[in-house]
Amino acid sequence: MTDAALTRPVTGVPVRRNKRIATIAATCAGASGIAVVVVGSLAFGNFGIEPDFSARLLPPSLAHWFGTDQFGHDMFARTIHGLKLSLWVGVVAATLSTLIAVGLAILATTCGRWADILVSFLVDAAMGLPHLVLLILISFALGGGTHAVIVAVAVTHWPRLTRILRAEILQIRHAEFVIASRQFGKSWWYVGQHHFLPHLVPQMLVGLVLLFPHAILHEAGLTFIGFGIEPTKPAIGILLSDSMRYLTAGKWWLGLFPGLSLVLLVLCFDAIGNGLRLLADPRQAQT
Amino acid sequence: MLSAHHLSFRYSPHTPFILEAVDLHLNAGEIVGLTGPSGRGKSTLGRLLAGQMRPSGGRVSINGEKPPAGFSPVQYLHQSPVFATDPRWRISRIIEEAWIPDAAAREDFRVKESWYDRYSHEISGGELQRVALLRALAPETRYLISDEITSMLDPLAQAEIWQALIKRAEQGLGILAISHDHALLQRIASRVITL
Repeated sequence: MTDAALTRPVTGVPVRRNKRIATIAATCAGASGIAVVVVGSLAFGNFGIEPDFSARLLPPSLAHWFGTDQFGHDMFARTIHGLKLSLWVGVVAATLSTLIAVGLAILATTCGRWADILVSFLVDAAMGLPHLVLLILISFALGGGTHAVIVAVAVTHWPRLTRILRAEILQIRHAEFVIASRQFGKSWWYVGQHHFLPHLVPQMLVGLVLLFPHAILHEAGLTFIGFGIEPTKPAIGILLSDSMRYLTAGKWWLGLFPGLSLVLLVLCFDAIGNGLRLLADPRQAQT
Repeated sequence: MLSAHHLSFRYSPHTPFILEAVDLHLNAGEIVGLTGPSGRGKSTLGRLLAGQMRPSGGRVSINGEKPPAGFSPVQYLHQSPVFATDPRWRISRIIEEAWIPDAAAREDFRVKESWYDRYSHEISGGELQRVALLRALAPETRYLISDEITSMLDPLAQAEIWQALIKRAEQGLGILAISHDHALLQRIASRVITL
């Protein structure tokens, strides 16, 4: 390397490619993927829901990107509608799960030994039960449909986040810097606001975002085996289970594109969750 | 005068005493050494004196009175400053959580203003120990429990920090220096207690 290269001033370099920019770019890409689903679903309106029997089971073409199904529905529009339904289930279920997790974690760490034992028992019990079986039971007991799926996914996804938040609160409560803060005469209210929250909010946010893919995949799984969303709605699980009858007849596009899109949506959320985690932590040197 | 009267400590009524009926007096402006084998309860005694833990028996008094609530006049400082500073805070906020030192106070402990917008993992261990020391020595602080605060530092930094602390002691700060380093205690302390 020459001297000129070593002494080149940092200012004046138009774009500095570093880890932080890459992380922000990945996070934005994930967010725009989700935005496309929401905007697309609104733009399509009833397109993809009304049947068109003149265009049944067409392979992918420029007119129908993902082909059409046995009723002549455009599969691209249907996939977007399905993803939006998944998003909606994901938003409600993940938010409810996070609220339950936060509530239980605070209960466990502030209300004494017995509350902690009770919460730990609940977490162990909920984690010990087979996930899908529990989901099927709850959804079936509530009579199926979108609401039943939301409730089932919401009340089964809090244990992991509860455990993480509980551990984090316990760790901070005994941290030297909290003890020091108390020595400087700060109230527990101040410590909670300025020491606990900055550590807990990123955990909560990342936990919330990473619950989405779980919720969406379980919604699709539940619907696929017939215990979830009504078969009249264009959910991804419905599309996939409908495609099973036609896959053997060579209509590959009915299963491939909805499944691929679901994976892409999950990856979008993963990118956002991972980006938030890296950006919120000063030790990752990306602040 | 910071005093421990018959101070005892154990973690639960079923476990043996870690400290039993310890008496200790630390005058303002005095540097007292505290030494003893590992696990004998030196740090526990320091934390009891600073009010971080509650004694199982006995009491701590300052000039015969109960230590006040709020800003503790007895500050305890640990060997590792990394744990004593919030990793999500910048140095300016870390120091100013306790008080706002002026340039002269910063100069005493060679704390540079250029560190102020960094995070605690972005300065070295020795630098962070100076930050923790500056933070602890607020105007309200009357006594400092220094628990091996310089044992992780190089001899030069060690000498600098103790020179600054001796200067503070001459101005009236009482210091309990907990250390395994007998040479250091011989040099700085007016008397050494072995636990």
